[in-house]
Amino acid sequence: MSGSANHQFRKAKSLIASLLCSVAALLVIAPLGLIFFYLLRSGLSSLNVAFFTNLPRPVGEPGGGMANAIVGSGELLALASLIGVPVGVLGGVYLAEYGTARVNALLRFVADVLNGVPSIIWGVVVYGLIVLPFKSFSAYAGSLALGFMMIPLIMRTTEEVLLLVPGGYREAALALGISRWKTIVHIVMKTASKGIVTGVLLALARIAGETAPLLFTAFGNRFWNRSLAEPIAALPLQIFTYAISPYDDWHRQAWAGALLLVAMIFLINLLVRFLTRGRAARVA
Amino acid sequence: MATAAVPTSVLQLRPASRFGDRAFEWLTFAMSLGVVVLVILVGWQLARGSHLAITKFGFHFLATSTWDPVAEQYGALPFIYGTVVSSLLALIIAVPLSIATAIYLTELAPLWIRQPLASGIEMLAAIPSVILGLWGIFVMIPWLRAHAFPALKAALGWTPFFTGPIYGVSMLAGGIIIAIMILPIITSVAREIMRSVPNLQREAAYALGATKWEVTRIAVLSYAKNGLFGAAILGLGRALGETMAVTMVIGNTPQIKASLFAPGYTLASVIANEFTEATTDMYLQALFEIGLVLFGITILANLLAQLLLKTMTRKMTTRVAQ
Amino acid sequence: MIETLPAMQTTRVRTVDFMQPLTDQPQPDAPAFGVKNLSMWYGAKEAIKNVTIDVPAKRVTAIIGPSGCGKSTFLRCLNRMHELVPRTRVEGEVLFAGQNLYSPDVDPAMIRRRIGMVFQKSNPFPTMSIAENVLVGLKLNGVRDRNLLNERLEKSLRMAALWSEVKDDLRKPGISLSGGQQQRLCIARAIAIEPEVLLMDEPASALDPIATMKIEELITELKANYTIVIVTHNMQQASRCSDFTAFFYMGALIEFANTAKIFSNPTRRQTEDYITGRFG
Repeated sequence: MSGSANHQFRKAKSLIASLLCSVAALLVIAPLGLIFFYLLRSGLSSLNVAFFTNLPRPVGEPGGGMANAIVGSGELLALASLIGVPVGVLGGVYLAEYGTARVNALLRFVADVLNGVPSIIWGVVVYGLIVLPFKSFSAYAGSLALGFMMIPLIMRTTEEVLLLVPGGYREAALALGISRWKTIVHIVMKTASKGIVTGVLLALARIAGETAPLLFTAFGNRFWNRSLAEPIAALPLQIFTYAISPYDDWHRQAWAGALLLVAMIFLINLLVRFLTRGRAARVA
Repeated sequence: MATAAVPTSVLQLRPASRFGDRAFEWLTFAMSLGVVVLVILVGWQLARGSHLAITKFGFHFLATSTWDPVAEQYGALPFIYGTVVSSLLALIIAVPLSIATAIYLTELAPLWIRQPLASGIEMLAAIPSVILGLWGIFVMIPWLRAHAFPALKAALGWTPFFTGPIYGVSMLAGGIIIAIMILPIITSVAREIMRSVPNLQREAAYALGATKWEVTRIAVLSYAKNGLFGAAILGLGRALGETMAVTMVIGNTPQIKASLFAPGYTLASVIANEFTEATTDMYLQALFEIGLVLFGITILANLLAQLLLKTMTRKMTTRVAQ
Repeated sequence: MIETLPAMQTTRVRTVDFMQPLTDQPQPDAPAFGVKNLSMWYGAKEAIKNVTIDVPAKRVTAIIGPSGCGKSTFLRCLNRMHELVPRTRVEGEVLFAGQNLYSPDVDPAMIRRRIGMVFQKSNPFPTMSIAENVLVGLKLNGVRDRNLLNERLEKSLRMAALWSEVKDDLRKPGISLSGGQQQRLCIARAIAIEPEVLLMDEPASALDPIATMKIEELITELKANYTIVIVTHNMQQASRCSDFTAFFYMGALIEFANTAKIFSNPTRRQTEDYITGRFG
C-alpha cells in the first residue's frame, strides 16, 4: 500500500518536473515573440520610401531616413568580407587539409578564444591600430574590426565542411596526377562550396548587427560617406544613436531600422537554411 | 585500338608544379596563423594603450571606486562590480531556464515541437544586441518600472536587494537583458551535451522502473553535470562582454549599491559610452586598461568553459569506447 | 566471404586447368613494374614485408589474399598513394619505365599520371557532369585544346563501354548514374589521361553481379592497351579475368604465378589452403 502511494508520489513529481520544464521553454521563447511583436508594431508603420532614400534630418527636425546608414552597412560588410573571407577560408583549408593534429589543436583553441573576445574589445583594438595613427575614424577601421571578428568564425565553419568531403574524392583526384593544391581548390573546395558559402553567410549575419566594434571605428556619419578614409554611417550605429536620443521621431526611425536589420539577418539565415537543405539532400 | 591517334606526347601535360603545392600550403598556413596574430595583436594593443595608466595607478585602479576623469582619478571597481553582478544575475536567471529548456527539448517535448522550438531559440540568438537594447528601453523598462519592480519590492523589500527608488534602468534590468542574450547559447550547448548522453544510460534507468523525471535526473543530469557547468561558464563569458543592450538599460552610473533597483555600470558599457569622449591621454589610457581587464576576465571564463566542455567530451568518448 | 567460396572454387579451377595451356612462371620481356625488396610500415607496423615481384606489362595481374594481408597497401605502393596516410615509410624500390618510383627526384603527381587508379567505391566528383568527370584529369593537368578534349571524352567513354549509355546525357551529373555505370565512369576518367597502367582496388566489390560482369569484360578488353593490376577478394574474379595471380599473406608475397597454375596447382601450402577455403 505504501509502495503504491510512493509510486503515485513519484509520478506526480515527474509530472510537475515536466510541467516546469515546458514553462521554462515557454519563457525562453517568449522574448522572441515579444521582440517580433514590437518590431512589427512600431517598425512597420515607420517604414516608408523616405526611410530608404533620405539622409537623416538635423536634430529635432522630423522626417528623413537612413539611406546613408543602409548603404554604409553594406559597404562595411563588403569590406569586412574582403579581410575575413580569404583569411578565414584559407586558414580553414590549412586546418582541414594540411595541419598536424597538434598544430590544429592549438589553432582551433586560439580561434575559439577569439570567438569569445567581447566585440567591444575589437573596437578598442582597431582604434589603437588604425584610428589613433591615422587620426580619423574611418570606414576602413570599422570594416577591419568586423573583418577580424569574421576570421575565426569562417575558419571553423570552413574546416568543418571541408572535413565532411569524403577522402575518396581527394584520392581520386590525386590518382589522376592532379597536384595537391589543385585537388584542394578544384575538387575539395568545389565539393564543399555550398558549405563554405553557408559559413560566410552565417558570419555575415553574425556581424551585420554588431554595434560595439563600430562605435569608435566607423563612428557614424550624418551624411553620405565620400571616402573610405572618413567616418561612415551604419544601420546598427544609427539605431543606437536614435534609441538613446530624446526625440520621438528618432525612436520611430530606430524601430524601423531595427525591423530592417532583423529582416536582413533573418533573410540571410533563411538563405543558409535553403543552402544546407540542398547539401543534406546530396549527401543522402 | 586507336591509342596511336592521339599520342601522349600531343598532350604536353605540364609537369606538376611543386612550387604551386608549396606556395599554397604556405599561404594557407600563413592565413591560419592569422588567429594567433590576432590574439597577440589584441593583447599587445590593449597593453600598449594602457601601460601608462597601469604604471601610474597600479593596483589602485582595480581596488578604488572613484571614477572622476576631471580630477584624473580612475578607479574601476564600480565597473568590475557592475560587470560581475549583472553577469551573475544573468546566470541566475538564464541557467535554470536554459537547462530546463534543454531537458524539455531532448527528453520531454513531443517530437513535432522540438525542431520549431530549437529554430526559434536560434532566431533569438540571431537578434543583434542593439535591437534587444532598443526593446529593453521602450518595452521592458517601462513594464519593469510599472509592474515587476513594485511587486518585487512589495514581496522582497525587506532584503537589501530590492530597496530604494525605482528608476527602471537598473542593475536588475541589465541582468535580465543579458540573461535573454545568453539563453540561446546555454540552451543549445546544454542540448548538445544532453543529446550526446548515450541512450543506454536512459534505458538502464527505465529498466529500474524510474519515472521520466527520475531518468532525466539520474541518467542525464548527473552524467552531463560537468558539461552543463561548462555551458553555464560559456554563457558567463558572453555575459561579461555584452555591451550594447546592457549599456542601454543599466543606467550607466558608476556606483556600488546593494539594491538591484539602483543603476550600475559595466566595464563594456563605460568603454562604449566614454571612449570617444576621452579627451586626455590618461583618460584614454584608463579606458584601454578597462578593456584589458575585460579581455582578461572573458578569456579566463572562456578557457574554463573550454576545459570543462573538453573533459566532458573526453569522458563521452572513453565511455563509448568501453 | 572467404568461407563461402571453396566448393565452387575447386570445380571451376579444374575446368580452367583443362582449357588453357600454361606456362609455369610469368616471364614477360619487359615487366611494367620491377618491385625489389619492398617493405612498408604504418608507424611501427610492417604492412608489406620484403616483396619482390615483376609485374608483366599489358597483362592483367590479380592480387589475392585474406583481408588485411596487405594487398591494397601493396597496390598503393605502386603509385605512391599510400603517402596520403601520415607516418608511412617505404624501403626497397619499385622500378617503373626504368626509374625507381621512390628516388627522391620523382614527383608522385607525375607518377600518378602514368599509373592510373580505380577505387573500390566509385567516386565520381559530385559537382561535375559526366563529361567534366572524364576530362577533369586533362583539364587540371593543363590541357586546353577543345578538339582534343572532345575527342578524348568520346574515346575514353567508348573504351570504358559507357559511351552508348551516356552519349546523350553528357551534361548530367556523374553521380546520377547507376553504381556500375559510375564505376565505369571512374575507369573512363582514369584512362582519359592515357596512363600506361591501371591499378584497380577491388573495383567490383560494391556492384551487383551484372555490373560486375561488365567490369570484368571491360578489364579483358583494356589489357590490350594497359597493364592492369587488380586487387580482389573474389577468387572467381581473379581466375576469370587475370593472366597472373599473386597471393599475399600477412604482408608477404607467398606465391606469384600464372593464374591457372595458382588455382589448379599451387606450389605453396598456404596458397592452396586459401584458394580451397581452408584458411583461418
